[in-house]
Amino acid sequence: MAKHHTDPLGLHSALEDWMLPVLVAAMSFLAALAVAGALASTVLAAQWQTDTAAALTIQVPQPSAPDAAGNATRLAAVQAALQTMPGVSSPRLLSTDALNHLLAPWLGTDAAALGLPLPAVITATWSGPGPGDAIAAALNKPAPGTLAQTGVQWAAHVTALTGSLQTCAAAVLVIVALVGGALVALATRAGLAQRRETIEIIHGLGAQDGDIASRFASRATALAVAGAAAGALVALPVLLWLAALAAPFSGPPQLNGLQHGLSGLPPALWTALPCLPLAAAVIGWSSAQLTVRGWLRKLV
Amino acid sequence: MIRFDDVWLKYRHQDRSPGALARDVLRGVDFKIPEGGFRWLTGPSGAGKTTLLKLIYLAEHPTQGRIDIMGTHAARISRRDAALLRRRIGVVYQDFRLLAHLSAYDNVALPMRLARRAERQVHADVTEILRWVGLANRLGALPDELSGGEQQRVAIARAVVGRPKLLVADEPTGNLDDEQASRLMTLITALNQLGTTVIVATHNHALVSAYPAPRLEIAEGRLTAHG
Ligand SMILES: Nc1ncnc2c1ncn2[C@@H]1O[C@H](COP(=O)(O)OP(=O)(O)OP(=O)(O)O)[C@@H](O)[C@H]1O
Ligand SMILES: [Mg+2]
Repeated sequence: MAKHHTDPLGLHSALEDWMLPVLVAAMSFLAALAVAGALASTVLAAQWQTDTAAALTIQVPQPSAPDAAGNATRLAAVQAALQTMPGVSSPRLLSTDALNHLLAPWLGTDAAALGLPLPAVITATWSGPGPGDAIAAALNKPAPGTLAQTGVQWAAHVTALTGSLQTCAAAVLVIVALVGGALVALATRAGLAQRRETIEIIHGLGAQDGDIASRFASRATALAVAGAAAGALVALPVLLWLAALAAPFSGPPQLNGLQHGLSGLPPALWTALPCLPLAAAVIGWSSAQLTVRGWLRKLV
Repeated sequence: MIRFDDVWLKYRHQDRSPGALARDVLRGVDFKIPEGGFRWLTGPSGAGKTTLLKLIYLAEHPTQGRIDIMGTHAARISRRDAALLRRRIGVVYQDFRLLAHLSAYDNVALPMRLARRAERQVHADVTEILRWVGLANRLGALPDELSGGEQQRVAIARAVVGRPKLLVADEPTGNLDDEQASRLMTLITALNQLGTTVIVATHNHALVSAYPAPRLEIAEGRLTAHG
């Protein structure tokens, strides 16, 4: 006979209950994708930035022509200049084979056979400050027409791209949180309207606003947490699949998605996913509390 | 205990049809009931009895004038304290106001549970009072499964189960036969003798003459007799 005694508002038999967790699950799914996107772009960008920024490529046209001073070939002069140049390390001349290999897609398997005047290509590592504009200027003195390019500008583009991806992810998270809060508020309002008379009676019997609000808030929190957890779980296989797709770009093999199962996801994501139900709990609780307390103010 | 000082009341959202004027439902009501007092409240239908009682159990605010309940100025009270004060007032509503999804037992237990009484105490008091009003064998029934008179008795049981300091009953015998009505009056008199202040609105003149007590008589929102 006391079956209902802990639930005078009849909140456990509410019909509209399935709507809230389903919608919150959808929100949580979106949030999981946004978080994963932001994390993935951070991981990949970190990799690309160091690789790209450090790459220095130098092309010396007519490498066997004499240098400006007439002492040696242009290539030798450039190589000598690079040895002493601050910020430049491990210069390596690409062999003709390597060059042919690089050009093969464009020029066919034996570029030399075409008799094209190919420049000499030197790769090196750049660790100096700034984009390294001075390198080309310095090398042009002994060998006019020499080109030098660092990846610093590319790296800057990558940084800008990552930055905007992260801003988008943050915007998605904010919108998801707002929509989630609004969903809870709407569901709570519907619940209040449905139980208007019951609440008036309980209020008349001396229930505090806080008593009534926390009953609604506990219910809303439970539903929101269930929804968010479900959404995060559904997102998991999708994230693993995406991690597998991203694996070839992320270098180190420990990031390879499916082969490594669940450990394929970045560790930060393992912290972020459980945060979704937690965030849903905070949003659900506070939205329901505010809604109920605001609504109760209408009662004398 | 209760003091009304030139109290006026106009319902806020009365008739909204064009040209409808908000009427004063209570007009300059002035009276006092001492602690432990008993008052009948009589008057024709629509005179303002229920409205006056609503002001006492803090379900309305006066448009003008001052009301003191149990030594508290009603307009100055915080929401929190108002809730605590309501727990010390037992109300029998004219329309019962039982929770449809709760059994008779749980409806009566509600005020005690809101006051966070121990479940053992709740069980003892609720079964006793329901036996008193003759519903010992209907504890598990939902309001819909009860007759009008039985519902009224559940409402009465809920109002008195917490031994309120103040009992406000709006037409509590409307659905009761004579025997049940006099049983109810025995209960109310006993509570009154134990110190509960009581005010009962009724159309039942036989009852009023059977239990002589001071009378507040109201007509068109004005007190026409006091004491
Ligand atoms: N919530 C309300 N909004 C607007 N007008 C109301 C409201 N409640 C009551 N009234 C009006 O106030 C007047 C007094 O009503 P009240 O219910 O106090 O009468 P009563 O004396 O209890 O009548 P009865 O004996 O029929 O119960 C009536 O004219 C009624 O129409
Ligand atoms: Mg009435």
